Amino acid sequence: MTLLPKSLETASTKHQNDTSTSQSNVYGYQFGFLDEDAKKEIRRTLLKAVAIPGYQVPYASREMPIARGFGTGGLQITLSIIGADDTLKVIDQGSDDSVNAVNIRKFTAETCPGIKLTKRTQEATLIQTRHRIPEIPLKERQILVLQVPYPDPLVVVEASEEKRKIMHGGGDYARLWVKLYEDMIKFSEITISHRYPTRINGSYVIDPSPIPRFDVPKLHQSECLYLFGAGREKKIYAVPPYTNAQPLCFEDIPFRVEDFTDEKGQRRACARCGSTTSFLDEFLGNTGEKVYQCSDSDYCNSQLALRETLSE
Amino acid sequence: MNKILEVRNLTKIYGSNCPQCFTSTGPEANTNICPYCKSIVAAFNVSFDLYQGEILGIMGESGSGKSSLVKMLYFDEAPTQGSASFFEKNKTYDLFALNSAQAMWLRNHRFGMVYQNPHLALNFQVSAGGNIAERLLVSDCINYTKIRDRSKTLLARTEFLIERIDELPKNFSGGMQQRVQIARALATEPPLLFLDEVTTGLDLSVQAKILDLILELQQQLKVAMIVVTHDLGVIRLLTSRTIVMKYGRVVESGLTDQILEDPQHSYTQQLVASAL
Repeated sequence: MTLLPKSLETASTKHQNDTSTSQSNVYGYQFGFLDEDAKKEIRRTLLKAVAIPGYQVPYASREMPIARGFGTGGLQITLSIIGADDTLKVIDQGSDDSVNAVNIRKFTAETCPGIKLTKRTQEATLIQTRHRIPEIPLKERQILVLQVPYPDPLVVVEASEEKRKIMHGGGDYARLWVKLYEDMIKFSEITISHRYPTRINGSYVIDPSPIPRFDVPKLHQSECLYLFGAGREKKIYAVPPYTNAQPLCFEDIPFRVEDFTDEKGQRRACARCGSTTSFLDEFLGNTGEKVYQCSDSDYCNSQLALRETLSE
Repeated sequence: MNKILEVRNLTKIYGSNCPQCFTSTGPEANTNICPYCKSIVAAFNVSFDLYQGEILGIMGESGSGKSSLVKMLYFDEAPTQGSASFFEKNKTYDLFALNSAQAMWLRNHRFGMVYQNPHLALNFQVSAGGNIAERLLVSDCINYTKIRDRSKTLLARTEFLIERIDELPKNFSGGMQQRVQIARALATEPPLLFLDEVTTGLDLSVQAKILDLILELQQQLKVAMIVVTHDLGVIRLLTSRTIVMKYGRVVESGLTDQILEDPQHSYTQQLVASAL
């Protein structure tokens, strides 16, 4: 368990000591909003998820003050493992200032007095995210918590959960491959843009939440711990550090990520910071032209700052 | 000749199962519903052997238990009692002692099934080629070019128009769907194939072609087959040995010619006479 970040290792002892002072905030909530029993249950679920990489562990998803489907799964994980000495970053589609990120950050800050907030990826010990993995590679002792709408990759091919569980148990993912095959015959390429089915540790296939294909390789042999929480579907799963994560693909057709090349075959650059290696968002400028900009706002800012210091 | 399958005392009862079930049902009692507990005795003490490259016919009227028998061997249903062993070169599988993963492995790698109704075997949401690809993908072939080539070879062998490989099965006629099903069952070159009423409901010219195809495959690939049918013509054309079933019991078994020319049991006599 030495690979586990500090906050998860020490979480349980820390919170027991906290109980006496935890109601000191203005709202009179427990530290971390959830009661200690709920947090304990989620932590036990997390340990099981880490022990069986990619396996969807069921848990009793609690009612939260935000609606299910708005990140309650991720929020419950964050609140269960956060401690007063943690530094939290919350992002939504790569941005710290999107509405979902702002709400969750405010809520966590108010219910977890003492935590530090940051927008800088390197400073954070705990990052809650929706739909992106930060551009700057995450290190050991950092945890990325992903909000998951649909935890089961098999849901697109099998409607019955009972049958899906049997399929997972038997490693029967042929129907997912058939979907890739059908894509190949119809479009001559695989058209899954996000939620790309990924095989963890050579065993279970996960739905890595709606991250773009661009981010899928970051799951493979990463230094940090990835935790996935689906609040509405009541499932938690994990990709532990230094674990294999292979996107499903045919032997003779390599997995491809978004390449952002323009008509001339040139890699597009971010209109703001000029980066040619980041994941770009496309939007329309004031005159109706297409503009491309980094989706990770912290990365974009740091590249911009770097460029300014170099030009000085 | 190598034995490929050995079935002993296979029994299937749907319902609560009481001690009188076996004595109060069968051809003598003229029912397969137990009068005491209302259970249905679909098959009772069925035993037979099957050898490599052989075609065994199972004949009988509707509800005689012939389909239940094949479904048990293909792991679609669990038997109430009995055993079955599948033999490979130097390996023996006790079918009903396997765990579900081993059973699925055997089913996907060594067995093939062609149902009467293509809807049971084919996924109508994916193309004909995709249906064949599924079988190949299950047996760990994940090379797109190889899958494509193999599907085309299989469909060509079943005289299917290759140009229509990427169409959905719903666009095909019944005979074409049946060809896709056969191609799918043959994808992994299984040594044992179950055919459950393959030609029922097809028109006569298509029936003849499908039967020709099955014979050709048996001669080329040396596949052992169990053919379930109530059609005497199919039995006569395809099989070398036949089992006749009534109300879950085997009433007669032997060489097909012998059974059709000189039936011993009164039910078989009636069956053969009514076909003429």
